Amino acid sequence: MRLSNTLKYIWGNLVLNKSRSFLTMLGIIIGVAAVISIMSVGASAQDLLLAQVKAMGTNLIGILPGASDDQGPPSSAFGIEITTLKYEDALDIKKLPHVLAVCSYITGRGTVSYQKEAYEFNYVGLTPDYPVVEDTAFAAGRFIKQEDLDNLARVAVLGSQAAKKLFGQENPLEKQIKVNQIVFKVVGVMKERGASGLQNQDEQIYIPLKTAQKIMLGIDYVAYIRAKIDREENIAPATEQIKQVLRFRHRIKDPAKDDFSVRSTAQALDILGTVTQALKSFLVAVAAISLIVGGIGIMNIMFVTVNERTKEIGLRKAVGAKRKDILLQFLLESAAMTLLGGLVGIILGILISAAIALGVNYFGYDWKFIITPLAVFLSTLMAVSVGLVFGLWPANRASLLSPMDALRRQ
Amino acid sequence: MLIKLENITKDYADEGLITSALRGVALEVKEGEFVAIMGASGSGKSTLMHIIGFLDKATSGKYSFDGEDAEQFIDSKLAEIRNRKIGFVFQAYNLLARTSVLDNVLLPTIYGPRLDKKTFEKNARQILEKLNLSHRANHQPNQLSGGEQQRVAIARALINEPRLILADEPTGNLDSKSGQEVMEILQDLNEEGHTIVMVTHEKYVAECARRILTLKDGQIVSDDQVAARHIAKDGLIK
Repeated sequence: MRLSNTLKYIWGNLVLNKSRSFLTMLGIIIGVAAVISIMSVGASAQDLLLAQVKAMGTNLIGILPGASDDQGPPSSAFGIEITTLKYEDALDIKKLPHVLAVCSYITGRGTVSYQKEAYEFNYVGLTPDYPVVEDTAFAAGRFIKQEDLDNLARVAVLGSQAAKKLFGQENPLEKQIKVNQIVFKVVGVMKERGASGLQNQDEQIYIPLKTAQKIMLGIDYVAYIRAKIDREENIAPATEQIKQVLRFRHRIKDPAKDDFSVRSTAQALDILGTVTQALKSFLVAVAAISLIVGGIGIMNIMFVTVNERTKEIGLRKAVGAKRKDILLQFLLESAAMTLLGGLVGIILGILISAAIALGVNYFGYDWKFIITPLAVFLSTLMAVSVGLVFGLWPANRASLLSPMDALRRQ
Repeated sequence: MLIKLENITKDYADEGLITSALRGVALEVKEGEFVAIMGASGSGKSTLMHIIGFLDKATSGKYSFDGEDAEQFIDSKLAEIRNRKIGFVFQAYNLLARTSVLDNVLLPTIYGPRLDKKTFEKNARQILEKLNLSHRANHQPNQLSGGEQQRVAIARALINEPRLILADEPTGNLDSKSGQEVMEILQDLNEEGHTIVMVTHEKYVAECARRILTLKDGQIVSDDQVAARHIAKDGLIK
């Protein structure tokens, strides 16, 4: 049989058997599109999380209360309250040579109201070094000062979103707001930072650490401390020095009994990288399932139509088709169908990924649109091979029958 | 001699049980003949025709076709013979669904030698014209009546100008008027010199042929020239 004729007939067959072709391709389209978009979401999510840790600043050392080992973060990272870390620890850390700035944190949640506007916000008790440590700037007014801490001043700095929600167009400076019924004076508004991790920092309000501890929460410990180090190469020695300071202050002789953990952002990135990699592997598994489902779809259609096709093969043989004509026809037919399906799947997958990226960006996250070439390649390869195998297999079996046996199939 | 069968047998093995469909059939068909094979169902008439048409292989016996010994034929040679020397007409028409009448007629040509496509298409249209199907060339089989579909199948059988036309119950699925039309065509083709072997179980259809073979239990029990031939043109058969 001539190739030009074969191609014409294959195209004819695809068009003529629209529903069969479409259903077969649907399996491939869904499989490929699912893999591409799922892998894209995984890659983008990983990128987002890592970028946000990096955005906190790379020369940061975090000090969390509670012991930790190399395998994982301390239990305080999971929200268990440990009271061993104190504001005074931070003061001593600040005295260390490579430490530029240190900030202590304590967080709480409460109703923040201005006149008739009231919202549930997180408030964060902080020390004056916060803007240096976290590389942020304020848009108006001032930040929390040392005197605010010393005097248990009831002053607040608003995140940009919090300010917008409470005050609208009004200037919030010098206005009085209530946090859990306690009156605070607004002294500053932060610049917009964008969403970070699971919390939107623009929706927080900031108050002096001591005020938060004594007036709001009635506690004397801090949730965590962050220290900014002058240069990257000093992170390792600084980490060691911080540990020594804390052991001295907490009267710990045996490092195995540390009641705190010290981690640099680099380490955090490492851990987060491991976690997100696991997440990605999980997504790959999900994607593999959708590929298998797609493959089964292809298989089903091929088998459902095998009787009709067997008769067709019988007829073609009866009018003079050789076995290789039959195989060539089915090979090209399956190839055309799977490649076309693969192509549509790739386009659809990219469109879905782009739509997700657009959607997430709309909610204020810096979600990058990432397409993994490996996902495109692997999913297409997989779909095409499934299509070819299950397209050729029944055809091969039918082509081995005598024309009469093939024609007799009901 | 176009067809020469000697002591042809055909056995089917079904779950270890061997059934003999043909038990030593000898037959000669000359060019230009119109032979009807009759017999009850299970008599082996279809099997005989399939063997003649190279759709199936005999278990034993000698078959020579057009002067060649069929035993020597490899699969691709069989495909070539089916393509160039034999035209099939099936009871169930066996047209490709969702494919135009013209493309159905042209189907055997795509497996044939490389020739001008235009010529084939011209031939196909001429044959359709002759079979009164010109107006149907671009229709699809499911838009056609049974009689029309069978005429398309005949056109398909003719496209490669075969030495032999094999018709397996060509009127079996048709009403008597369509059946008569089909027989009229077959008789015309025979008048033009085409050799036709036809299987039927209906006596009045068989009597359109010139010679009737009767099979019983895999053997030929009678082989007679038709004395009073039906001429389909002259009116409804029956």
